[in-house]
Amino acid sequence: MVNVKINNRDVSVAPNTTILDAAKANGIDIPTLCYYPDLNINSDCRICSVEVEGARNLLTACSTPVKEGMVIRTNSSKVLNARRTITELILANHDTNCTACVKNMKCELQSLANQLGIDENRFPSVLKQQEVDDHNPSIYRNPNRCIKCGRCVDVCKDVEGTHVLETMYRGHDVEVTPKYGKYLTEEDCTFCGQCSSVCPVAAITEKDDSIRVLDALNNPNKHVIVQVAPSIRVSIGEEFGEATGGEWTGKLVTALRNLGFDRVFDTDFTADLTIIEEGHELLHRVKTGGTLPMMTSCCPGWINYAEQHYPDMLGHLSTCKSPQQMFGSIAKTYYAQTEKIAPEDLFVVSVMPCTAKKYEAAREEMQVNENIPDVDAVLTTRELGKMVRQMGINFQELEDGEFDNPFGITTGAAAIFGATGGVMEAALRTVYEVVNEKPLETLDFKDVRGMQGIKEAEVELGGAKVRVAVAHTLKHAKQLTDQIKAGESPYAFIEVMTCPGGCIGGGGQPYGTTNQKRQERINATYQLDSEMPIRKSHENPYITEIYSKFLKEPLGERSHRLLHTHYKPRVK
Amino acid sequence: MLEKKVLSKRFGLVNPLSIKDYIEHDGYKNLRKALQMEKITIIDEVEKSKLRGRGGAGFPVHIKMMGLAKEASEVKYIINNADEGEPGNFKDRALLENDPHQTIEGMIISAYATGASKGYIYIRGEYNRAISIVKWAVDQARDMGFLGENILDSGFDFDIEVRTGAGAYVVGEEFALLESIEGKSGRTRVKPPFPTEKGLFGKPTLINNVETFCNIPVIIESGGKAYAKIGTASSTGTKLISLSGNVKNPGVYEVPFGVTLRDVIDILGGGVPESRKLKMVQLGGACGPIIPEFMLDMKIDYDRFEEFESKTGAGAIIVMDDRHNLFEILLRIVEFFGHESCGKCTPCREGHVQLERLVKRFLHKESTPKDLLSLESLARVMHQTSLCGLGQSSPISLISTLGYFRDEYHDRIEFSGGE
Repeated sequence: MVNVKINNRDVSVAPNTTILDAAKANGIDIPTLCYYPDLNINSDCRICSVEVEGARNLLTACSTPVKEGMVIRTNSSKVLNARRTITELILANHDTNCTACVKNMKCELQSLANQLGIDENRFPSVLKQQEVDDHNPSIYRNPNRCIKCGRCVDVCKDVEGTHVLETMYRGHDVEVTPKYGKYLTEEDCTFCGQCSSVCPVAAITEKDDSIRVLDALNNPNKHVIVQVAPSIRVSIGEEFGEATGGEWTGKLVTALRNLGFDRVFDTDFTADLTIIEEGHELLHRVKTGGTLPMMTSCCPGWINYAEQHYPDMLGHLSTCKSPQQMFGSIAKTYYAQTEKIAPEDLFVVSVMPCTAKKYEAAREEMQVNENIPDVDAVLTTRELGKMVRQMGINFQELEDGEFDNPFGITTGAAAIFGATGGVMEAALRTVYEVVNEKPLETLDFKDVRGMQGIKEAEVELGGAKVRVAVAHTLKHAKQLTDQIKAGESPYAFIEVMTCPGGCIGGGGQPYGTTNQKRQERINATYQLDSEMPIRKSHENPYITEIYSKFLKEPLGERSHRLLHTHYKPRVK
Repeated sequence: MLEKKVLSKRFGLVNPLSIKDYIEHDGYKNLRKALQMEKITIIDEVEKSKLRGRGGAGFPVHIKMMGLAKEASEVKYIINNADEGEPGNFKDRALLENDPHQTIEGMIISAYATGASKGYIYIRGEYNRAISIVKWAVDQARDMGFLGENILDSGFDFDIEVRTGAGAYVVGEEFALLESIEGKSGRTRVKPPFPTEKGLFGKPTLINNVETFCNIPVIIESGGKAYAKIGTASSTGTKLISLSGNVKNPGVYEVPFGVTLRDVIDILGGGVPESRKLKMVQLGGACGPIIPEFMLDMKIDYDRFEEFESKTGAGAIIVMDDRHNLFEILLRIVEFFGHESCGKCTPCREGHVQLERLVKRFLHKESTPKDLLSLESLARVMHQTSLCGLGQSSPISLISTLGYFRDEYHDRIEFSGGE
């Protein structure tokens, strides 16, 4: 242990602890701005500067390890003055119209200024107004709010391995921008939105669709229905201050009903449907010598990445639409027919943990008929949180509600779609039983669970051993895809999720998502699964019903038209 | 004699393009000697010499060498920082253009003592002449067996590559220089880890200035103890001074530590021409303090310079006579550093624009007492909190004038009628 003095208190901490962590462990908070757990420590903002006896200058707490006998002051007047001055400098080059900002009251810069008691900025604004980038359906980039902290660059470059964003130019001209193009649409952006999730201000946010949804809700001619992705129920509570690791399915349903949706449905249902279609697709490929390994297609960030970077390997992607899109097309056909609603009067909203889902919903392939999209609007978890607050709904006080029928029964297999490895595990539960014609002894495929970047497992199918793999983040997906490209992939089936931890760690999830929180949401997800009465997609009675009444058979003609899609190489 | 020519003794006597000339003037003799010595003994001698880094910071050289020597890594690098971009400094250029083999010999000895196998000389891009000469010299040294495999049959391998800058001042900062060699934009890195632990391409790296390496053969020749007798107790050896500005004889002069600034300016420089009055002197370059005439009896000495909290030790002396307006000078300095800031850390990126605005208010006599407070606070915060030497030292000139020339600030506030 290393003994140091912080603010006149003797404390002892493990060697190599940073001053920041040492202080935190002893109840002393040092403000930070560019620092973010799980990302590089760049110490660029200098907000966490502290005084260390004997050091010529102030040192940044985030990057300086403690040394035996160090005497540290985290709140001397010299330190506070430095922090205030730096914050004023940042504010002088920032669009400070805080009340007209989506991050108002959620902005880390704003809280910092508040904490430091800044009531006047000694420095006049030097902001040069720049064009905002709203040329895509997913991400809104406002450079006038950027404080050049570098978090988005790190997450894009190091976590995802996509490296679309970069710190460009020098000195006061520094900008964080797409590397070469002016707009994200000119780069290989997958719209995963991890950048928006770590941005401390509102320089990068999801493109707001809440107004469009409210307009639809207020339109008497529209029948407005909503679907919620599996991962929302284990994260939405955080929007209202609840601790991570909880599960809020019932309150979520009631909140949506109170918002005015005509029906509240569960994407879990079409997750089960995905398993049936995708499972049969896999078996069909195996039997007919089709392209293997097959790779999952539920993640739109991954689809974008594959189309951009592996245009000649798109045959490996499952042709199944994602559960979001399957839901949309089933809603606008089966549900519309059953309820006798014209598809054009039906407005399908989905609540997703994801910004790329907005892009997916806007794809021209994702339409039931010309000009009738499967899904009309996509809200992120954060946008839903905002709408609930706007409508004066007290989330914590809500009674539990239940999803509407005819999609009201779902399974544990669908519930785990939101966690990395979940789609694989759900598929294995079904494929194993369909092929081997006997029940699984244990439903838990623990090898494919958890935060490890690439996971693999082996299952016995029809007497043969089959290897499968799971990757999350595009950096890891690239490794597995390159392996296929090199002809060295030992796998039959690969699951890919763009976001760390899968959808529970999606780019549209509540702010402050860290790997620790991801793990807690994963735990809550598997807890949900273990408590479900039905845990295999093929045992869902409503799935059986929709096949007998409407779809007829997996991979059949109707399935092909409504539930499957195709991909196109992106030519730049 | 005020001058003491140790590192500059061959200037004009040898043809810089001729390794034969250098060898005839005792060149590479000390490398032969060093290769017979125990590695640790070489570092010991450097310790006894009390040699301090000549790039400006004055860090004890043996500590860095020891740091590198004890790293277990298979690959270690030696870098010669010849990115002499500090305005007012041109002594490295003189060393490279007049006697290029001296610093190369120092690098080879340092590499041998520390176990490094690859070296880089990173030369400022504008130094075209020096670049050609050094490249030629490195090739000659390799042809003669002083570089490459099995140097002088000692079993020791070491080679040098010459790299050139692309015009960014900040790349003289050691981490930005490493990034530049690695092929990235010249922006600094967070430290620790320091270069001797994790430097170029993540490997242990020793970075010294051109002049520092030049001293190594000298120490091998005379021994550390004898070397330490030159200069003062805290600053041993000689220093190359870049003397410029309003003096009759500007140029590079080599003096032992301990001579006064006044002697350098008046005796070597011939004083201020046209019988004008000396108003102020800037030490170290654009990043150094500006001091008034009455301080010129100060000795050239690292410990004395440390009072200015700046890297004045690179040895520039810029003389300014009474025609100069302090605020015009400060504005030019602030604009220069604002332009050269890499933009990575907040105080430097955002501070310079505001500093520039405030200095302009004083220049145009529009300043208020509040401006003085803001200027002073901002300059100090930039100095205390910037990530690298650029932002830390850029406000030094301003901070020093807030002390030594405070009246000039007050005069400008009074003129405006104050607040």
